[in-house]
Amino acid sequence: MKIKTLVAAMALGLGSYAATAQNNAGPVRIGFITDMSSLYADIDGPAGAEMVKWAVQDFGGKVLNRPIEVLTADHQNKADVAASKAREWIDSQNLAMLIGGTSSGTNLAMAGVTKEKKRPFISIGAGSARLTNEDCSPYTIHYAYDTVALAKVGGSALVKAGAKKWYFLTADYAFGHSLEADATNVVKANGGTVVGSVKHPLNASDFSSFLLQAQGSKADILAMANAGGDFVNAMKAAKEFGITKQMKVAGLLVFINDVHSVGVKNAEGLQVADSWYWNQDDESRKFAKRFFDKFKRMPSSLQAADYSATMNYLKAVQKVGTTDADKVNGELRSMKYNDFYHKNATVRADGRMMHDMYLFQVKAAKDSNTPWDYYKLVAKVPGDQAFTTPAESKCTLLKK
Amino acid sequence: MEIFGIPHQAFLGQLMLGLVNGAFYAMLSLGLAVIFGLLDIVNFAHGALYMVGAFAAWIMLDSWGVNYWWALLLAPLLVGVLGVIVERLFLKRLYGLDPLYGLLLTFGLSLILEGVFRRQYGVSGQSYAVPELLEGATNLGFMILPNYRAWVIFASIAICLVTWYVIERTRLGAYLRAGTENAKLVQAFGVNVPLMVSLTYGAGAALAGLAGVLAAPVIQVTPLMGSNLIIVVFAVVVIGGMGSILGSVITGLGLGVVEGFTRVFYPEASNIVVFVIMAIVLMLRPAGLFGKEA
Repeated sequence: MKIKTLVAAMALGLGSYAATAQNNAGPVRIGFITDMSSLYADIDGPAGAEMVKWAVQDFGGKVLNRPIEVLTADHQNKADVAASKAREWIDSQNLAMLIGGTSSGTNLAMAGVTKEKKRPFISIGAGSARLTNEDCSPYTIHYAYDTVALAKVGGSALVKAGAKKWYFLTADYAFGHSLEADATNVVKANGGTVVGSVKHPLNASDFSSFLLQAQGSKADILAMANAGGDFVNAMKAAKEFGITKQMKVAGLLVFINDVHSVGVKNAEGLQVADSWYWNQDDESRKFAKRFFDKFKRMPSSLQAADYSATMNYLKAVQKVGTTDADKVNGELRSMKYNDFYHKNATVRADGRMMHDMYLFQVKAAKDSNTPWDYYKLVAKVPGDQAFTTPAESKCTLLKK
Repeated sequence: MEIFGIPHQAFLGQLMLGLVNGAFYAMLSLGLAVIFGLLDIVNFAHGALYMVGAFAAWIMLDSWGVNYWWALLLAPLLVGVLGVIVERLFLKRLYGLDPLYGLLLTFGLSLILEGVFRRQYGVSGQSYAVPELLEGATNLGFMILPNYRAWVIFASIAICLVTWYVIERTRLGAYLRAGTENAKLVQAFGVNVPLMVSLTYGAGAALAGLAGVLAAPVIQVTPLMGSNLIIVVFAVVVIGGMGSILGSVITGLGLGVVEGFTRVFYPEASNIVVFVIMAIVLMLRPAGLFGKEA
């Protein structure tokens, strides 16, 4: 009996040792950490987790003859929660790859952990361009969009359309700061000026005071550098206080769910930069229909990207024949990405996914024919014009 | 002309907005103060009941076309009935125990309510249109005040006054206060105390529901709206003095104004200024501004 116990204990110890030493045993585990319950839960959240699972299921549920397992967690928009979950999974579950959902602070924290532990990290919903700029890592891939692209695609279009004096309403955390700074650069480069800004706490309940300050600024455009519920409430209050009559209001990061929430009437004419739209082509509509049948709403660009990233990761693993982080990472950075989400996309050395970005305009209520038919395409901007250029970048990986 | 370095127009505007929010805090904390003052229950479900009120209004409009004015009557009634059920089923078993049990129970209840609505409706929120009669805005010279916000101030203050009057100045209020002091004695006079206690909790819940309906056209109706607000409202009650009705009304109004000005001078601190004040008040007056030392 004693010997049995001893052997079992040794086997346990050896087992965990073996798991870290050679990762070709047991299931391939993919982790997904995002906001599951708070203000960004509808643009990614549980439906995003379902997309990761769909991709696994469509891939066949197995890779390299090993079952694929998806782990999900709610980071509650707290960086420390995200980092400790990622660390726990890598240390005790032998995680093969991590996908980061919304919120910049949490994704920057996860990028730190995966860099230290050497695991591929695909950041989907985080905005901050720091992920591929000053905080770039050889293990991070920034998949969907970033604040530089939002500023370059959305911001410059507005300056060119005549918005010269800008006032920012900015969410007071990593993402908002990034977005305001990047948009400020674009505004100045195009001959505009920034007359002021106000920072509001994340998840602010009332925006009227902030908007009253914006109203006093005499700016001709009020740019909202926030997202999700904050954007929706700010937009609603702007309409209520008559600000939309005095100045143009622009959302720098607006998802289709937000347009739906604000209502097409209130959002009419709004210009929106995004990486994908469900109604852009047949392939996308097919994906969207499947999503709609399950969730009774249309997928956001992030949810589409969750599916695409998982699928492409599994293809890379299949091709190199191992889940070894460096080998898979090499494949992910040399392969071409072609699916319903993006065409001929590549990953640059700094981890930036280079793909087309789009500028959409919200249709007038009378032109919106079917449910969720909100956007018309204004411009398609190729990746090398939308994202940080190698010359602008502070990432050392690009300077070899 | 400038006041504290900001143009007087902007100053007056912020003051006005502070009052709108303050009136709102006052009404929510009033319900809490009534429930705590009379029943000794720390009602953590207040935020969730406020959310249910807003959702009830939205569902009634969306599914059956019940307009805002009817919702203003029906939604609080519904939430009030829900309150009575909760009191009868759960809370009445906890009287005489440590108030912590009530706190845990109501906290759990709020998590359940929030979870149910989140599962059903997601977090993005539903839009509730301002009723036609109150659309538009009035130019006050120093700012443009949406008519609806003006109505919120008016309605909240009226409700606070009525509640205060009922509890402090009527026979019913006297019974209530006596019944919570010495239930046996009051019962001996032929008053049905348990029923009165249920109805009081129901009335507190209805106040939360009413606040929810008033809030619906201003913010998005979301399952998170209650939990976003409840902590601030608790702070209001604590600063005002637990259970003091007058205290919570005056503190609510005052804190709304203070918060509004913080948004001008140092916006980043606007979410925590209430707690800083709470800490200072509790250091100087542990029972709160209007509380009686126990």
